[in-house]
Amino acid sequence: MKSLNWLKGFLYIGLIFYGIITFLPFAWALSASFKPLSEIMAGGSYFIPDHFTWDNYRTIFFREPLFGRWLINSLVVAAFITGFNILFNSMAGYALARIQFPGNSFLFFVILAVLMVPGQITLIPSYLILKNLGWLNSYQGLIIPNVVNATFIFMMRQFFMNFPKELEEAAALDGLSRGETFFSIVLPLAKPALAAQAIFIFMGAWNNFLMPLIILSDPEMFPLPLGLNTFKGQYISYWNYIMAASMVLTLPALVIYAFFNRYFIQGVTFTGSKE
Amino acid sequence: MRVVWKKQGVREAIAGYSFMAPTIIVMGTFVVLPITYALFLAFNKVRILGELSYRFIGFKNFIRMASDERVLIALKNTAEYVTIVVPIQTILALLLALILNSKIKGKNIFRIVFFLPTVTSSAVLTLIFMWIYNSNGLLNNFLAFLGLPTYNWLGDPAVALKSIMLMNIWSTAPFYMVIYLAALQDIPESLYEAATIDGANPFDQFVSITLPLLKPVTFFIVVMGIIGTFQLFDQSYIFSAGSGGPNNSTLTVVLLIYQYAFKSLDMGYAAALALMLAGVIMIVTLVQRYFFKEEN
Repeated sequence: MKSLNWLKGFLYIGLIFYGIITFLPFAWALSASFKPLSEIMAGGSYFIPDHFTWDNYRTIFFREPLFGRWLINSLVVAAFITGFNILFNSMAGYALARIQFPGNSFLFFVILAVLMVPGQITLIPSYLILKNLGWLNSYQGLIIPNVVNATFIFMMRQFFMNFPKELEEAAALDGLSRGETFFSIVLPLAKPALAAQAIFIFMGAWNNFLMPLIILSDPEMFPLPLGLNTFKGQYISYWNYIMAASMVLTLPALVIYAFFNRYFIQGVTFTGSKE
Repeated sequence: MRVVWKKQGVREAIAGYSFMAPTIIVMGTFVVLPITYALFLAFNKVRILGELSYRFIGFKNFIRMASDERVLIALKNTAEYVTIVVPIQTILALLLALILNSKIKGKNIFRIVFFLPTVTSSAVLTLIFMWIYNSNGLLNNFLAFLGLPTYNWLGDPAVALKSIMLMNIWSTAPFYMVIYLAALQDIPESLYEAATIDGANPFDQFVSITLPLLKPVTFFIVVMGIIGTFQLFDQSYIFSAGSGGPNNSTLTVVLLIYQYAFKSLDMGYAAALALMLAGVIMIVTLVQRYFFKEEN
């Protein structure tokens, strides 16, 4: 028994140690965002700021004309992408799982094939297509290519395959059409799956870097991650501003994660078990 | 009766296609069309300044890769990155999952903390690490405090890629940990009970029960890890301000594709490089499928 306690203590130490390693960079960044530059440059390693200040946040929000715009861009784009994905992925997943129409299995095969194709291959052609449509430097260029997602269509199909049929049959007897049944009966009952989906899509859109980098040249259209990268070029070694901006970019994702962490784990385990 | 059935069939078809319409339109335009377009581009010399024009050049783009020094460097960097990061992050993920799966209090808190990097933007993580790696940053201060040698983490070509590796192991291991954790929880407790009765110690149990049952998940995690590491871009781009420096030491395949396509505007060659990368990734996936099938 004694050796078991030893082992347990050892495991706790391991966990706590790794927890500290994980948490430390965030804590260090957060503390820097409240320090004046002079204190950061002095090179001390104290987590509690000597001269606590909101100045860094004040500067990026009020003296940096584009920062607010970047935040709004990010919020608008991520919100639209999330909303459309929830709707369209569920509709497609439902049709693939439940509706008998010619081409059903072919379309399902296409979705599975798309899952296999790495994103880099579509990068350059997508850029040329968006250029042709005149959608570079626009919200529609950022949003529309991302309003559906093969992984989550697949997930929703699996979800609806296991969904009890009786409800829909009852609805059909009551004379409801497919559309009415889906929107008023099926979708409200699919909330947990929608939540898992929403979190992943939101995080993906919120943190996306490569696609916006390629299709945007106008700084006014930048989402926050790109803005942050511009900031880095502009304020070399003004780590106080860069860390404050980083915290602003991290906060919304953290809040969502804190509230929905249960669904998040479900989503990850789904991604892990789909093969 | 026949007519009614037919009518119903038509109605179902209309419902089916209207439900699928957004997916068909968007995936058609931004996934299926681009894939065909990419195949076309890869065999052409593409001019995009002024009027968009193509000139068919056969396999020249692919032949050019073999003598392109930067392609070889990018492949070498990426391969080095994959071979170091994937095994370490997989083992670390398994270790963390094993510990969290044992009867321990406060599991949820640890799980939430460990997961922080996964929900944080790669841009933010990279900037935080650049600052910590800074020559008089936290990491060097800490190493100096312990009396260990300090490094120029960002500027030294011999170390720069390792700095990115360290950061990525740190940020992706917890993601795979969650997948391992789910798989561990699926292993029936009765197996371990039976083994205990047979007198197997925890280590034997781990080797003869846990590891074999985790094999499919491990395959999956390794393949996901390889695919993910092959696609490294954001971190290299931000670290090196898009150059892949110092001295090409952080140049990855995707960064090279980006540079050729959007800096040199050589879209045809870049598309060929993207095809090459996709080919490598797909081969890895197929090899994994093959072994996975063998297992079952």
